Amino acid sequence: MNSEAGSTVPAIMLEGVTLRRNGHVVLDRVDFSIRQGEFIGVLGPNGAGKSTLFRAILGLLPEVTGNIQVFGARPRKADRLIGYLPQMRADLLDADIRAWDFVASAQHPSRWGLPIYRGADKREIDEAICLVEGEHLAQRPLSALSGGERQRLLLAQALLGNPRLLLLDEPLVSLDPRHQANVVALIKGIQKRRSVTVLFTSHEINPLLGALDRVLYLGGGQAAIGAVNDIVTGPVLSRLYGMPIEVVHTAGHYFVVSAESGVAAESGAHHVCL
Amino acid sequence: MFAYDFMRTAFLAGLIVSIVVGPIGYFMVLRREIFAGHALSHIGFAGATGAILFGLNPIWGLLTLTVTGGVVMGRLGDRVRQRDVAIGIVLALSLGLGTLFLHFYTSYARQGTALLFGNVLGITPEALVILAVLGALSLIALGVIARPLLAVSLDPDMAESKGVSPALMAMLFLAIVAVAVAEAVQVVGILLLLSLLIAPPAAAARLTCRIWFAVLLSIPLALLVTWGGITAAYLTDWPVSFWISALAALLYLISRLLPSFLLDGARKAA
Repeated sequence: MNSEAGSTVPAIMLEGVTLRRNGHVVLDRVDFSIRQGEFIGVLGPNGAGKSTLFRAILGLLPEVTGNIQVFGARPRKADRLIGYLPQMRADLLDADIRAWDFVASAQHPSRWGLPIYRGADKREIDEAICLVEGEHLAQRPLSALSGGERQRLLLAQALLGNPRLLLLDEPLVSLDPRHQANVVALIKGIQKRRSVTVLFTSHEINPLLGALDRVLYLGGGQAAIGAVNDIVTGPVLSRLYGMPIEVVHTAGHYFVVSAESGVAAESGAHHVCL
Repeated sequence: MFAYDFMRTAFLAGLIVSIVVGPIGYFMVLRREIFAGHALSHIGFAGATGAILFGLNPIWGLLTLTVTGGVVMGRLGDRVRQRDVAIGIVLALSLGLGTLFLHFYTSYARQGTALLFGNVLGITPEALVILAVLGALSLIALGVIARPLLAVSLDPDMAESKGVSPALMAMLFLAIVAVAVAEAVQVVGILLLLSLLIAPPAAAARLTCRIWFAVLLSIPLALLVTWGGITAAYLTDWPVSFWISALAALLYLISRLLPSFLLDGARKAA
């Protein structure tokens, strides 16, 4: 499919991988592989292991069985190739920190010494802020920014070091639909321009429909990967959720509902999006 | 005022302590480790009184226990809720132990008062040298860990993904805080330490959102508080520590009343 990366080494490959969180198995003997340059939407109910999967790919999970490879290497060896956007911490919301300084703090964090931003380092920070269209935010404090604006700064942080793989953990959470569409379009544009591989977790598939190549659906300790039409179906989701699920595909949107009670299978989504 | 040796020593001590606590206090405020800093000073009280009991210079007992306490607190990790309980209990226990040590050494009740409320006018030239050396060491250590510390303070998950250990940073930083606490105790004492440690950096962060500008600005603001406090005490004969805590509160109040980020130029207030 996406051959512009010009490499046959998968961006991510899992073989018989079992992941535990606090001793509790969240993914059980999972296999899948993601090609370089793909845009993957990572979906699944709360607790299905989306964030845990990211931590495993980053090599931060102590208990992993099976084989995980990132660009053909062990996870920890590849951390320079990965840009990670974690979920925004609530206590940063009122930080009196300039947006530019916040982005800059993510540059080479493992180096010792005083952070001095000059020459190429400074240009890289400016360029990352430019890529997320955040130039007008750079001089403002974080406490004065909206949720969507802060997400863009986190994305700028993730872009530092020109990563080959972006792991984006819930960048749409708490954004209204218009800002969700903006963030998805922004990330899609960056993915094309820099031909990076993107893993994008989300509670809803609909905002991602125009952007994603394939969907990775997690649930019940299992994973299913494929085209949206093959994965977001009643039989596949029933297996992952462990209960009868119906999928309604209408007006270009997918709605996932429990077949038994007719309520949304996703918690907290009164408009039954998944 | 400068005719007296002890006044010159006091002003020099104020200068050294301000240079040290400004930048370190900024990171304490940023990392929300204010309570941890407060607790460290109380742990130091047990160390200092214990040292007095054994006939040692209290600063070494102070330093030993604050640094040990800092490392242990760092190891407790970031489960803040449990950590606050543990810190609070150790804090109270330390004050209790300090009281017991003083009880066994009743003739030095005045040393106890000096530890609790500070005695900047009683600092000896030898103590000044110790202050300067410890201060320089702690600032150098802060400079060495500055980049990973800032990253992990703002976004621990991101920093961890790039190979920074949040637990190691927490330990190293609290060890540095412990040294700053041992320094500041000499000037304001254990009970009033917090005012000098957090008010100047908190005010600096209200005046500018540029991180490194705020770090540097914390130093002259801390100096304003310490030197202002010593001068006011000289003029009024009221305790220095009272004036330092009062000026620190006033400084913070003024910074809250001024438009936010005043020093960043005309910009819409947050």
